[in-house]
Amino acid sequence: MLRFILTRVSLVIPTFLGVTFLTFLLIRLVPGDPIEVRVGERGIPPERLLELRHELGLDRPLWHQFLDYIGGVLQGDLGVSLVTRNSVFSEFVTLFPATLELAALAMLFATVVGLPAGIVAAVRRGSIFDHGVMGISLTGYSMPIFWWGLLLILFFSVGLGWTPVSGRLDLLYYVEPVTGFMLIDTLMAGEYGAFWSALHHLILPMIVLGTVPLAVVARMTRSAMLEVLGEDYIRTAKAKGLAGKRVIGLHALRNALIPVVTVIGLQVGTLLGGAILTETIFSWPGVGKWLIESINRRDYPALQGGVLLIATTVMTVNLLVDVLYGVLNPRIRHSR
Amino acid sequence: MAAMPLLDIKNLSVEFTTRAGTFRAVDGIDLTVDEGEVVGIVGESGSGKSVTSLAVMGLLGSNGTVVADRMQFGGKDLLAMSPSQRRKITGKDVAMVFQEPMTSLNPCFTVGFQIMETLKVHEGLSGKALRNRAIELLEQVGIPAPESRLSAFPHQLSGGMNQRVMIAIAIACNPRLLVADEPTTALDVTIQKQILDLLVRLQKERGMALILITHDMGVVAETAQRVVVMYAGQVAETRPVDALFKAPRHPYTGALLDALPERALGKRRLPTIPGVVPGIGDRPQGCLFNPRCRFATDRCRIERPALFDVDAGKARCFYPLADAPVGAGEVL
Repeated sequence: MLRFILTRVSLVIPTFLGVTFLTFLLIRLVPGDPIEVRVGERGIPPERLLELRHELGLDRPLWHQFLDYIGGVLQGDLGVSLVTRNSVFSEFVTLFPATLELAALAMLFATVVGLPAGIVAAVRRGSIFDHGVMGISLTGYSMPIFWWGLLLILFFSVGLGWTPVSGRLDLLYYVEPVTGFMLIDTLMAGEYGAFWSALHHLILPMIVLGTVPLAVVARMTRSAMLEVLGEDYIRTAKAKGLAGKRVIGLHALRNALIPVVTVIGLQVGTLLGGAILTETIFSWPGVGKWLIESINRRDYPALQGGVLLIATTVMTVNLLVDVLYGVLNPRIRHSR
Repeated sequence: MAAMPLLDIKNLSVEFTTRAGTFRAVDGIDLTVDEGEVVGIVGESGSGKSVTSLAVMGLLGSNGTVVADRMQFGGKDLLAMSPSQRRKITGKDVAMVFQEPMTSLNPCFTVGFQIMETLKVHEGLSGKALRNRAIELLEQVGIPAPESRLSAFPHQLSGGMNQRVMIAIAIACNPRLLVADEPTTALDVTIQKQILDLLVRLQKERGMALILITHDMGVVAETAQRVVVMYAGQVAETRPVDALFKAPRHPYTGALLDALPERALGKRRLPTIPGVVPGIGDRPQGCLFNPRCRFATDRCRIERPALFDVDAGKARCFYPLADAPVGAGEVL
């Protein structure tokens, strides 16, 4: 097992290098550097511009800047934001819980709705329910996030006034961040009104972000269940005189979960990517919104560090999924 | 009045609805099994033997329609039962062993879990008693070190061992009828004999009835008391094993026996039956076996024979074979 994890971790190194290099290069391909963006249209004397560029090391050759950056990263230093002068890492850590809270709830939503929908669709294959679930999930999968988000805001927030349009919490409340997860912090502070407010703020972003994973989970569950339901051991389970619920919910589902868990794990990347759009639509104060702002400000270190940390998160989750896979599938557990 | 048979089936038909139309896999068969009796069901692939057994177990999918004039087990009408009433019998009083031991056990659960599950559901056992009973069962089916095997997963055991586990699950609740559907087909020749011996031993020890489905006439000769030969979803011949092996009445049975290597001693080539069992769209007119029958006449090609009484049983043939050894010295 340890060897397996070590192998996997070593495979991550090239990914790291690639991610670092690409973000470094791409953000510099965007016209305008941090100084120009901050100066705006007013302009400053050319000497001052050169001076400022020199201060930030932007006048050195690209490869030099890259090696400097990599050197820093290897020492665990992601640099400081050019805008706020705070360490990139501490900014990320402050904002990440908001993204994590949103992503976790979106995944929970996708699983809680998608898994049962997929199971029932498989068991009642060819029924109206099956066609309905598959049709809806195809629509959900194809829906652009920003459009879907705006549509929901228009209907539920603007039209019906059920949910707030943006943010994480009503301005009425203030809760000292302890874990950074609003739902937990408000409960810990005993502020139930704030908890409800936080929950209300979460609902729409959660649905928007969870829609694509929900569609993927439902479709994957359905096809995995259909395959498993035709297996000999399902016939054996029936021949034992087990009730239908137990045959489907235990004997079939346990086997069908193996591919579904993999898919859920792979969705984490999609989810964090989607979070960037979702957070921007809902003004959700997480790393997604922060990254977009960093691009606009040409805040090179913030963007590079942020992307690197998100990539690390995705790779860690994928590793965890691989380990969990072994727990679910005894055939893999023993061959390791 | 004779004692009521344990399993009593009259005029059973099973139809499958497919895109190509309705296919009758089992066509009006009668089958009775007495308490403690061993009945062999023989036939080629596609003759309807497995479908018959699945119908008895109530394991056919929703696209298989079961119709019968009578289908009783232990005096109870199986067709009139609700699914939950039926489940109380299935796995307890009627149990089944399947052909593919490697895929018939759930790969995600331990052997112990899968045995204990049956005991829990039907006998309500739990805790130490449950565990001890499972170990006892593994011992009875000849699995060495049963205690440590409880935590093994199916993929850690060989095919033969897995089949023993399947048998342990099947006999867990002391069934009155065990249906074994080609239990040795997927196994090595050396293991086949062991598994058959095990089944016969358990059958004798427990006095349970056994339906042994096979395409191997040799297996039937060694184990069964009565034989049902099936062809294209119908009963071709049904007679006690001794009589049938000594003098088969249906030409199909005769041909099957001729194809046994031990009966073809001295011949240069092993006799075979030309052609295959007719499938979904090519059922012939007249006797279903007529295109492959050496003795077929014009009558056989037009008129479908009923099951006629022959000595000690029945045969579906207008011209039952005589006592003379069939096809002696001939090569088909």
